Amino acid sequence: MSEIKGEILIKGGFVIDPAQNIDGDIADIAIKDGKIVERVSNAAKVIDAKGKVVMAGGVDVHSHVAGPKVNVGRLIRPEDKLFKSGVAHAPTRMEMGFSVPSVLKTGYDYARMGYGFVMEAAMPPIHAPHVHEEIHDTPIIDEAALPVFGNNWFVMEYIQKGEIENTAAYIAWLLRATKGYGIKIVNPGGTAAWAWGMNCLDLEDKVPYFDVTPHQILTGLMQANEYLGLPHSIHVHQNDLGNPGNYPVTLASLKLAEGVKTKNKFGREQVMHSTHLQFHSYGGDSWATFCSKAKEVMDYVNKQKNITIDLGCVTLDETTTMTADGPFEHHLHALNHLKWANVDVEMETAAGVVPYIYSKDVVPNAIQWATGLELALYSKDPMRTFITTDHPNAGPFTRYPRVIKWLMNKKSREAVLASMKKSDKVIDATTIHTIDRELNLYEIAAMTRTGPAKCLGLSSYYGSLKPGMIADVAVYDLNYKDMPSDPEKIESAFLRAAAFVKSGEIVVRDGEVLSHGHKKTVWVNPKMKENPQVKRDVTESFTKGYYTVGLTNYPVREYLAPHPFVIDVDVEA
Amino acid sequence: MATVTLTPTKTPELMLEANSVTPDAFAGKNAEQIATLECREGKTHVTIGDFFTVSGNAGATAAETDIVIAGDCTRVKYIGSKMTAGTVTVNGNADMYVGGWMKGGKIHIKGNVDSFCGIAMEGGEILVDGRAQNHVGCAYRGDWRGMKGGTIRIKGDAGNDIGTFMLGGTIIIEGNAFIHVSTHAEGGTVIVKGNVDGRVGGQMVKGTIYVFGEIKFMMPGFKKVDKVDLEVDGTKATFDHYIGDLGERHPKSKGKTVFADLYLKA
Repeated sequence: MSEIKGEILIKGGFVIDPAQNIDGDIADIAIKDGKIVERVSNAAKVIDAKGKVVMAGGVDVHSHVAGPKVNVGRLIRPEDKLFKSGVAHAPTRMEMGFSVPSVLKTGYDYARMGYGFVMEAAMPPIHAPHVHEEIHDTPIIDEAALPVFGNNWFVMEYIQKGEIENTAAYIAWLLRATKGYGIKIVNPGGTAAWAWGMNCLDLEDKVPYFDVTPHQILTGLMQANEYLGLPHSIHVHQNDLGNPGNYPVTLASLKLAEGVKTKNKFGREQVMHSTHLQFHSYGGDSWATFCSKAKEVMDYVNKQKNITIDLGCVTLDETTTMTADGPFEHHLHALNHLKWANVDVEMETAAGVVPYIYSKDVVPNAIQWATGLELALYSKDPMRTFITTDHPNAGPFTRYPRVIKWLMNKKSREAVLASMKKSDKVIDATTIHTIDRELNLYEIAAMTRTGPAKCLGLSSYYGSLKPGMIADVAVYDLNYKDMPSDPEKIESAFLRAAAFVKSGEIVVRDGEVLSHGHKKTVWVNPKMKENPQVKRDVTESFTKGYYTVGLTNYPVREYLAPHPFVIDVDVEA
Repeated sequence: MATVTLTPTKTPELMLEANSVTPDAFAGKNAEQIATLECREGKTHVTIGDFFTVSGNAGATAAETDIVIAGDCTRVKYIGSKMTAGTVTVNGNADMYVGGWMKGGKIHIKGNVDSFCGIAMEGGEILVDGRAQNHVGCAYRGDWRGMKGGTIRIKGDAGNDIGTFMLGGTIIIEGNAFIHVSTHAEGGTVIVKGNVDGRVGGQMVKGTIYVFGEIKFMMPGFKKVDKVDLEVDGTKATFDHYIGDLGERHPKSKGKTVFADLYLKA
């Protein structure tokens, strides 16, 4: 897959690679023609990593970085760019924005943090061409996108009739048509209900007209996912996001995975990925009694091995919320009175966008901050717990280094807690002050690269430094044997990698971007026997005019994803 | 006090973005150092010295620094933006963003200003002898946090979008204004001595507007409640008192709903 030639030797760093159980051993990493290899010749370019940490490139399992709703965020928030549009210095181009950065800034900032792969977390299928155009314009990082299925009319009709094979055939067609990666589910049924001004807050709430429940949608899509044997599992944003007392619904959703077996050839072990769990781990029955239930949720996650989670940490910033959870965004707008954009996406989904200011002095926001960190600190399995901020919903992805700092350093958490105006109320509603645990670099590597790569079924390509892997290698200015006592140094080291090699090319040195790299668009091609009924149903939806476009205009054309990295899946049915 | 005089030597081909023409940036520097301060013309980096001759050294602090621009600044933006103290005087016109995000000190423009004068201002004073284009004392595009404090006085006419999303401070337009006054405002005071075409106080939540002349088209969301005698900016008169915008949400204070007030000279 690589057209990058040449040899690089990353010399003498503290290597951390959970995929090989390597924790801080001093070793050289050799790179040839875009891949990690056993050894290179003396002619190799040398990066001196002595006294620094060497990890595989970061893998982000969930981030909203491309597509129509991100662009709506940019459009309704010109103030997000105010004083944040620096002058370009060659070879980079102008960068803009903070919570909804321009595509260029997105690519540069991920690369500066040593990230090599990012999953766009919600692609409205009919707008997939736009998503791919933006992905293509985002430099350096490899990306994929998850089309949303949880409120799709075809899916709900097939599931209502119990037709898993047809559901799977439709998914296979749509993944090919949109060059998508896997099955995203956002507020199953609730977003469809939003077209009637309603929502599904409970697993058994019926979706109007379609007569299915979130329970059936989740179970049906989970079965279809394993029927197809996709690299990734279903990727679920659960019902009742963000509300006090939502954790029982969260646990009920997670329990749907009990007894379900994985079927795939990609090394994936989970059947459900539960995303931005922070937003789903709340107790209380109002904002006055709002509290963290991170412990209760993680106790379940820890013992249920066939689920994975990501955090969705609140970073206490002014940000832009954006989700296919249309009813939630309306709810949020009614709470904070800030501007609101709402979109209905034909037979597929919806979306909303609202700016939000997370303040450490607003008690519910501070509790959310604690809840996200608690999830990570209560996790017994970093290979199933991934660091995200649900960018930009709980905070921008450029705050991952700050989250890492808080997780690795108790003192830095306590400093934030102590600076809160109502820290006593926050302490009453959370347990973060009782947790002494400080994550180590090995756990952080599992949570930011090796774990997410495995969860996405990409462990043969990303998330490890084994020979044969894509040569994404990050060097951070941290001494494994002598970690800085100043927690700020942890944040700055992860924010600006000392070096980052992407697909065998040095793209960052000392936090400065040197090249636009050779990015790839990763998508999944399920090869499945043609299903005449699904073919007829899809064709009819276009010929009968339910869609506003013609069938020939619907799929993503090749030129929109000109550097594909296609993962073929032979569906054995 | 120390005075730094900038004399224009050439007209910028593009607009000159002179963010560094502030007492804060000049403080503690001599004329030579001030000439090397960076500005932008389009995407290129330029210096103050490329467009002005600089004479006089600045004071030790912004508060001890007066800047006089002895000439026309029709193509110079951001004069005095973000300044916290001291004074800036322009003996001519100025382009956009005069005193934008300003926190303190005084700006006196002896000619006209273009748009966005005093945008998102937090404190200090701006005096414009001539007229202003649009967006006097408004919020930055997209932002819901507008002018918070300070005073802007425009002796001539002003265009549209005055005090949009205003939260505090005072804007006085001594001439006429076009449309959109205090749209979305949640505080602050706008005084228009002349006439306004319309859209006064649309979606206004809180704050005060005084209009001495006529409002050609009144917003339907304002309701007349009484007649009051007031002294406004040194003038005593009788005003019709309206509350609004009744179509907008309004907060409650001590059990009573708080409306925006519009006083129209009777």
